[in-house]
Amino acid sequence: MAFIDKIKSLEPDKKKSPFLHTVYDGLFTFLYQPATVTKGGVHIRDGVDLKRTMAMVVLAMQLCYIFGTYNIGQQHFMAIGQHTGYFDALHLKLLFGLVKLLPIWVVTHLVGLGVEFYFAYKKGHAIEEGFLVSGALIPLIMPPDIPLWILAIAVAFAVLFAKEAFGGTGMNIWNVALVARVFIFFAYPGTISGSDAWVAGLNYDGGHITSSYSGISGWVLHLFDKLWGFFGWSTIGSGGTSVVDGFTGATPLALAASGGWEAVTAKYSPTELWWGAIPGSIGETSKPLIIVGAIILLIMRLASWRIMVSMVIGCAVTGIIFNAWGFNAFMNVPWIYHFYLGSFLFAMTFMATDPVTAAGTNRGKWYYGFFIGVIGMIVRVMNPAYPEGWMLAILFMNSCAPLIDYFITQSNMKKRLSRV
Amino acid sequence: MRRTIKPISVNSLTHRAVLTAVFTLGTFIFGFAQSPASGDSLILSRGILLIVVFLLLGFVLLIAEKLLQIQAMRSGANDLSRYSIFPQISKWFESKPKPYVGDAPVIKLSKGYNLHLAGAPEKETLQRTASRYAVNATDFRGIAPIPKVVVTVGQEVAAGDALFFDKNLPEVIFAAPVSGEVIEVNRGDKRAITTVVILADKTIRYNQFLPFELASADRNQIVKYICEGGVWPMIIERPFGTLADLHRAPDNIFISTFDSAPLAPDANIICSGKGAELQKGIDVLNRLTGGKVHIGLNASQTESPAAEFTQLTGAEKHWFDGKHPAGNVGVQIHHIDPIKKGGRVWTLGVQELITLGALFLRGRHEADRMVAICGSSFDKNGYLSTYVGASLGELIADSTKPNSRIISGDVLSGRQDSKDGYLHYFDDQVTSIEEGNQVTLFGWAVPRILPSVSGMLPNKILGDIQYEPNTNTNGEPRAFVMTGQYEEMLPMNIFPQQLMKAILTKDIDRMEGLGIQELAEEDIALCEFACTSKQPLQSILRDGLNMLKEES
Repeated sequence: MAFIDKIKSLEPDKKKSPFLHTVYDGLFTFLYQPATVTKGGVHIRDGVDLKRTMAMVVLAMQLCYIFGTYNIGQQHFMAIGQHTGYFDALHLKLLFGLVKLLPIWVVTHLVGLGVEFYFAYKKGHAIEEGFLVSGALIPLIMPPDIPLWILAIAVAFAVLFAKEAFGGTGMNIWNVALVARVFIFFAYPGTISGSDAWVAGLNYDGGHITSSYSGISGWVLHLFDKLWGFFGWSTIGSGGTSVVDGFTGATPLALAASGGWEAVTAKYSPTELWWGAIPGSIGETSKPLIIVGAIILLIMRLASWRIMVSMVIGCAVTGIIFNAWGFNAFMNVPWIYHFYLGSFLFAMTFMATDPVTAAGTNRGKWYYGFFIGVIGMIVRVMNPAYPEGWMLAILFMNSCAPLIDYFITQSNMKKRLSRV
Repeated sequence: MRRTIKPISVNSLTHRAVLTAVFTLGTFIFGFAQSPASGDSLILSRGILLIVVFLLLGFVLLIAEKLLQIQAMRSGANDLSRYSIFPQISKWFESKPKPYVGDAPVIKLSKGYNLHLAGAPEKETLQRTASRYAVNATDFRGIAPIPKVVVTVGQEVAAGDALFFDKNLPEVIFAAPVSGEVIEVNRGDKRAITTVVILADKTIRYNQFLPFELASADRNQIVKYICEGGVWPMIIERPFGTLADLHRAPDNIFISTFDSAPLAPDANIICSGKGAELQKGIDVLNRLTGGKVHIGLNASQTESPAAEFTQLTGAEKHWFDGKHPAGNVGVQIHHIDPIKKGGRVWTLGVQELITLGALFLRGRHEADRMVAICGSSFDKNGYLSTYVGASLGELIADSTKPNSRIISGDVLSGRQDSKDGYLHYFDDQVTSIEEGNQVTLFGWAVPRILPSVSGMLPNKILGDIQYEPNTNTNGEPRAFVMTGQYEEMLPMNIFPQQLMKAILTKDIDRMEGLGIQELAEEDIALCEFACTSKQPLQSILRDGLNMLKEES
């Protein structure tokens, strides 16, 4: 108890130094659950608060983080033709992935939490934990080579305009993480679309693609080389090698858009698509690990199963219709394989089920998820300009969610008021 | 949400025949699908033989079933569906109706939550008596803040004598629950009356009213008698939870005969031996309403509700099977006959109904209350017999652990009080739990043993344990983030979160449309408990009801 008193004696005065007080309060409530007791209303409260809720969502993403770290390395080494086996030189792949992922994670949190802290101080309320989830999601939906300054601008834009402008945690209309991504998608499309964006650590000069390890990341990689050498493990070497013949960083979706299912299977087997050793955004590729995350969310009752189920139905129905239609090669991709391609499962598990931006009524959730499934498929298959549809479909349905809720509550109201 | 179990009608022959046909056809197709494409004649002939055997067997079974049912009908069985040789698949999935319910329809409520807390009241009766009793004017909604006090300190009163009345409504007196000497008249802010305290006599002296002939009296005479007897304030009028309107007959009157709140007293113990009073009360209420008197009975327990309830006549009985808040009268009203726009209904508690019945039986204001002493902070839990407004300090007799909170009512919607306080007018439960004024290191991250409706704490693994809760908020207040949480806790066709937002934005039309008039604090209390964002839903709801009342 004495330690607590010592910490409490450090508490800055709220009037004299509001910013320090905000920071102190944020850190204190992170360290200790406060001693506040109920007053008026209920006398006991559920053991779960928003901090735990957010922490558990982040926990459910951790498998995606681990696999994402591995896959950044795996894709890089596949491209340059070294350690191509899935379990070869795991230490190098993980280190390479970490060198790429950690800066993205740090920049996201520095910028996002910075804006959050500033607004908490300006508005005089406690620091809220909403950014924990957004901040954990943003690295997972970025390409591994995203320039950090672009990321910083995108995160700042998303937190400022998608969240704080609307009043902070719980008030936003659009999913913050997706707004960050959509900002990059439209402002700097070259970094987040096309075939060159998804494999890290390659230099594209015209037609010649090489790999070299320079800069801070190169320095870190070489630093660890000494350790690997000590153990007698394989090292990263000097780099400067060119990629294997016929290399393309094209994602399965890009292949499907150009040549249908045959073009996809020519490069990737369905097993590879399923387990996720394919180019793509950092966290979206491994389907079974995302499903594990989804199961964790469902067991903890953090995500709505209604949204998940209806989104699968919407996607499947649209896929079946496209199969029957068969207008172009992409439409002929068997509907079941649409779940293997791209980021459907990731979007379903972590993006669409965000309770703040989704529909709030149970019936509304069915419509909301279903139409994300339908619209996402339409964008994915029918629109050649956008390789993947879920980001836009979810943002569009985020905008429609209040309308869906409005109609559903309105019908409830009408029924009640017409009672005689 | 609402599902009524009806006795399954006699299964028709055609129904069975169709099922058998589908089954055999399925076998046929399956058999052909399995057979090689070459068309092995042996398999074909065997398949046909199999089908014939199946059809024959089915036919024999059907005949047997019908014969069984005819026999059952002859011997006077009314539910033929019980006499069947086929298993009824639909019955596997529904919980068995309790035998004591019989053929009556049961309203099943799947939503809600039963909080398992330690410290349920034991069946034994505690031998404690209180000497001081108080009537608290702030327990009544809709009366002026400064009622006219008609007694002075030092004056002797009998049970049933007026203590104070509302100047706008002089007919309705607030009566002394016990006889004795008035020792305090306490005032709060702006000289508003809070409590009038009586030091009780050893044996209660009653103000004896003239016997009342119910059958020949008209409504006005009945109302007048109830007012004189001091029982009128015990009737609560919904939607606002105020005193009942003297001049307007309610659409219906509702009585819930069970309390599903955490650690609530068992109504079967409360009503034991009070059958005559209950019946008389129902008879009186029937004369006061143009509609019906409805009583809600508990169908979720293994043993039947007491005969005092099940044998009542003159009231429509409704069985409810579900978790808390299934016992709340508000939830029951919603499923029996919801309050219409501008409508008014009355509700009474079981003990208030007994008091009403006793007034008409014996002409006395008998404000006896069976009170449950419960909660994990008491050394000894149980029931005790006392009167309305007993001193809490005397009821609990210093048996709480240190650093505990004393609550008049239950942990969800009761009121915080102290040993110097008095039992509130409508409460029949005193709860005490530990105060949670302690910080917890990484309390938001480590697994903890706390009551929770979510799956984020290891409650499922622990199984059916009884929690010792404390009053810590377990987190800080936040904006609404989670959705669907309140709906899971409220077995009514209402959108609680949208309603709360409508109240916060002061949108009266929307509030009304979303059903604010169907709710009271106790109905929404479980949602408030479950709320991840720690929002004060009960006080928000009351603000909304006050807004609506001012408007209308």
